[in-house]
Amino acid sequence: MEDQILSIKNLNAYFKDFNAVKNVSMKVYKNSITAIMGPSGCGKTTLIRCINRLHELTEGAYSTGEIYLRNQDILKLNPIVIRRQIGMVFQKPNPFPTMSIYDNVIAGYRINGIKLPKSEMDSIVELSLKRAALWEEVKDKLRQKGVFLSGGQQQRLCIARAIAMNPEIILMDEPTSALDPKSTLKIEELLYELKKEITIIIVTHNIAQAARISDYTAFMYLGELIEYDRSDKMFTNPSDPKTNEYLRGTFG
Amino acid sequence: MSGDRMEYKGYRRRRLIDKIFKATIYGLSFLLFLPLFLIFGLIIKNGISHISLEFLINNPKPVGEAGGGILNAMIGTLILMITSTIIALPFGVLVGIFLSENSKRKYALVISTIVDVFQGIPSIVIGIVAYIWIVLPLKKFSALSGALALSFIMLPTIIKSTEETLKMIPYSLKEAAYSVGANYHRTILKVILPASLSGILSGILVSIARISGETAPLLFTAFGSDILEYNILKPMGSLPLLIFNYAKSPYPEWHEIAWSASLVLITIVFIFNLIATIGENRWKIKF
Amino acid sequence: MLQQNIDNLKKEIINYSFLVDRMIEKAIKGLVESDKELLLQVINEDEKQANRLEIEIEDMSIVMIAKYSPKGKDLRTILMMLKMNNDLERIGDHAVDISESAMYLIERPKLKSYIDIPRMAALTRQMLSDAIDSFIEEDNIKANEVCKKDDIIDDFRDQILRELITYMSTDFNSIERALRILNIARHLERIADLSTNICEDVIYMVEGKNIKHHSMLEQKGE
Repeated sequence: MEDQILSIKNLNAYFKDFNAVKNVSMKVYKNSITAIMGPSGCGKTTLIRCINRLHELTEGAYSTGEIYLRNQDILKLNPIVIRRQIGMVFQKPNPFPTMSIYDNVIAGYRINGIKLPKSEMDSIVELSLKRAALWEEVKDKLRQKGVFLSGGQQQRLCIARAIAMNPEIILMDEPTSALDPKSTLKIEELLYELKKEITIIIVTHNIAQAARISDYTAFMYLGELIEYDRSDKMFTNPSDPKTNEYLRGTFG
Repeated sequence: MSGDRMEYKGYRRRRLIDKIFKATIYGLSFLLFLPLFLIFGLIIKNGISHISLEFLINNPKPVGEAGGGILNAMIGTLILMITSTIIALPFGVLVGIFLSENSKRKYALVISTIVDVFQGIPSIVIGIVAYIWIVLPLKKFSALSGALALSFIMLPTIIKSTEETLKMIPYSLKEAAYSVGANYHRTILKVILPASLSGILSGILVSIARISGETAPLLFTAFGSDILEYNILKPMGSLPLLIFNYAKSPYPEWHEIAWSASLVLITIVFIFNLIATIGENRWKIKF
Repeated sequence: MLQQNIDNLKKEIINYSFLVDRMIEKAIKGLVESDKELLLQVINEDEKQANRLEIEIEDMSIVMIAKYSPKGKDLRTILMMLKMNNDLERIGDHAVDISESAMYLIERPKLKSYIDIPRMAALTRQMLSDAIDSFIEEDNIKANEVCKKDDIIDDFRDQILRELITYMSTDFNSIERALRILNIARHLERIADLSTNICEDVIYMVEGKNIKHHSMLEQKGE
């Protein structure tokens, strides 16, 4: 039985009166890729934004329930601290436009005023870019601005930025939906390697992607968690008829 | 003409209307430029005669004496520009940040309206306010009071351009900063502001260009001076004041100097605006 | 990722084929050398393992299809491996049946020395081995060659039948034993048949990309 790293208990997320995530409970296992799939508006993005405490930054948004990272309820801890342990990659790549590639990777430390000796920064940058499968392409132009890269490269830069903070978990919100198939494949391959060291939770509306890369899959619909299981089982023999319908492509 | 084209009714007529329309637009625009070019032409024609190196690096001489220049006025304008920028910049940028961050709240709308009203206050009234606040207590005219008046005039422009630039920054950039665990002030200072720099800077340059020609508020604050002055607690000359004084004097020589000083002034304004426009486009971060 | 999985699945199929081949070997050896232990191995242990492997390979294939939605050659390959899996399981069943008939025969006096049966078995095993080779090498020519040998097997079976009829018509008591021997021959013939099935699967798997499509069609029409 695998190690549990995150335990979500009775999580409800609200936008003012609207209950976007309804009473969700699930466990996420260490060093796995957990996919969260479902039609638009099912609450999957809201769910992961609760995990890194971005949800509450929206006007009128709040959440109730508990999310345990190992044995601490992260909804009660300082959000800044949480976000350094749980990184995020967004749907549209968002590297910092004023910073070079090097500075982008190390941005988590720079912006937060954490001073490191240059040799350490260099090795963090190199290691993060390697793990994000970007090192070979940019190692000679680290001082160039990050925005001159292609879409797929920018996204890998954002992944490197998240990796550099050495988080326990990286959340990904449809990271490849804005990219071409080749870049998508590159990123899927790097995730396969990355999960050996970092737990990954990925929101996707692409069923085939969820089937290809995930170890566990959660299916959400209208804010509720309909089914959560090992991907092998979910895609060959789902328990809930709604899941079966969704896999058929009937809705969403 | 191609006979196989769809000759639907009125096609020719529409083409004609298109042509007239375009001609009207171009014509009216040209008409607008005309007075502008005429004014420039007039100033250049009348002012070029006195322009020389001595003109720019010498101080004014008393009437009757040959030579003399506008150095003190130029230095005065420069010092006023710098001082008023130092006063206006922090307030302007901070209020601009405040307004863009809280754009949905009611009190932000109130403040925004106040800023707009500010923009409409006649510059001479602002000069009078500065007179009451600084000249009277200090019991003398000073560049500082002039700079204060000018900074009030600069403020609305800086606030607006800061606010507009910040509003154009997509939320995703903020989220990117938050996602690496940055807190609010670091996000603004190290991520959002640097990305908005071009817009903010151009707003500052434009407002500097604007105030460089202001005369009315300086009349009873900086007051003007014939000597070269660096102390901001003393009265100080400036280009518009010099132009004003020399133009209404009875001496034809001074009239000529006023024309030349005008030429120098519009050149300065032109350069600032040019830098502002080119700079904004060149350094602008596109999303 | 998909390629790796397909390669793994291929390995499993190959292992399965080795298993059932050994089962046939043991069954025939047990008959010829009257080795009860060997036959019991086939019936008890080997059959269980064969069944386990079949389920494993089936599960692996289904998960692969669900996960990767394979197309083109990958799809044909996986589907054919599913069919081969089935064929191998049936070959294993036949090996078990041979062993059970053998168990009966070794308890009783030999009707004759076994010459044809071992030779038929050897040819059958050769066909199976060649079929699997053609699968590994994706060689549809080789696969085609195996299909042709099916006739030889049929000849063997007919010959054995003729011989046994002579025995049965002269000695009343030999009928049951003769029928059992005939049974074994028929199981071997079925195994050969299943091996040609595997070859047909290989030809389909490869066919999609092969320019020798025409000649294959002609030969299949034989």
